[in-house]
Amino acid sequence: MKRYTLPMMVCMLLFSFSTTSAQTHSEAYKNNIYNPGILKPVDSKLKVRIGQKAPDFSLPSLTGKKVSLHQFLGKKNVVLSFVPAAWTPVCSDQWPGYNIVKDIFERQNTILLGITVDNIPTLFAWTNQMGHLWFPVLSDFWPHGKVASRYGILRSDGVAERALFLIDKKGIIRYIDVHDINKRPSLEVLVHELQQLPK
Amino acid sequence: MKKAICIPLFLVLGFFAQQSPLWAKTLPPQENSILPDFQLPIPANADHRQYLGLKGKGFFKIHQIKAKAVIIEIFSMYCPYCQREAPNINKLYQRMETDPQLKGKIKIIGIGAGNSPFEVDIFRKKYQVPFPLFSDNNFTVHKCLGETRTPYFFVIAAGPGSTQEVIYSKLGGIKDLDSFLQTIRARSGIK
Repeated sequence: MKRYTLPMMVCMLLFSFSTTSAQTHSEAYKNNIYNPGILKPVDSKLKVRIGQKAPDFSLPSLTGKKVSLHQFLGKKNVVLSFVPAAWTPVCSDQWPGYNIVKDIFERQNTILLGITVDNIPTLFAWTNQMGHLWFPVLSDFWPHGKVASRYGILRSDGVAERALFLIDKKGIIRYIDVHDINKRPSLEVLVHELQQLPK
Repeated sequence: MKKAICIPLFLVLGFFAQQSPLWAKTLPPQENSILPDFQLPIPANADHRQYLGLKGKGFFKIHQIKAKAVIIEIFSMYCPYCQREAPNINKLYQRMETDPQLKGKIKIIGIGAGNSPFEVDIFRKKYQVPFPLFSDNNFTVHKCLGETRTPYFFVIAAGPGSTQEVIYSKLGGIKDLDSFLQTIRARSGIK
């Protein structure tokens, strides 16, 4: 047993290198992405569930206007995409992907709302690197993380989880994915879930 | 006793291996170096198989592509820079395919780092990419090529023996197509 201990530990150590969370950084952000390292996958307790009415909110957007969840009632399905923070690795490579699938959202009569707990100036500078986003970007900065907290996805360090909520035209939550904060949710799964929503 | 020391030591080292970006990063293969060994699936698309000069099913390595030089673009559908650059890279492909001196001699492929086949397909359709794109869903090739930022361009040509030499290695878009092609021609010995 003793002579296997060291080689085994070396293998396990090498494995730990290989399991660090892989990710890409777009050169669009140059050297401005802050890497917080590997974080606790989920650090909050969800306060809503599938089948429940989604809590309403009204948040300032990048356009200067407020966007409320209730304004889409009876008109459009809604995807809420909470991401933890601007200028961080996975977040910076999530919304730009959604930005090139506007047609998929439109086919399902769905609006996407991107939300972080950053303030408007930070969101302005960050999303400018992504090109022109077709969907509203909302700031849950003040009162800090109030909406994230209401949904039960505000982490103990004050950022939101990486979470997706699909809400139908009646305002009912149909899908929740509080994702491992270190990883990008699968677009394929999101599209599949979108296709389950009535248009 | 030894075991009692080694196990905590292992746990501490393992923790830092997970946390430290310094441990995770290696440099992308530089110019004049040998391309690390990796393989890609032979495309299901017959036009792409023909373009690359490949037959059958299974996997292939870069040296099996029928060309004097191969351009490899590391991209991601989530990368805004790659999205903006896509029309320019399509122009590069068209330029090479319509130039009798380059057609068949320089080929181009794209590898979608961390992108599933579904995501690669979205990128292909959105930007009408005519050349073969491959999914690297688990970052296998991306890790092999030094976990580059995107877009990143490598150009590979036959090296000493049966090796493949990196003759171009650069982060970011290709601003001047003519200048880029001149460089590749000179470095790969294409007349």
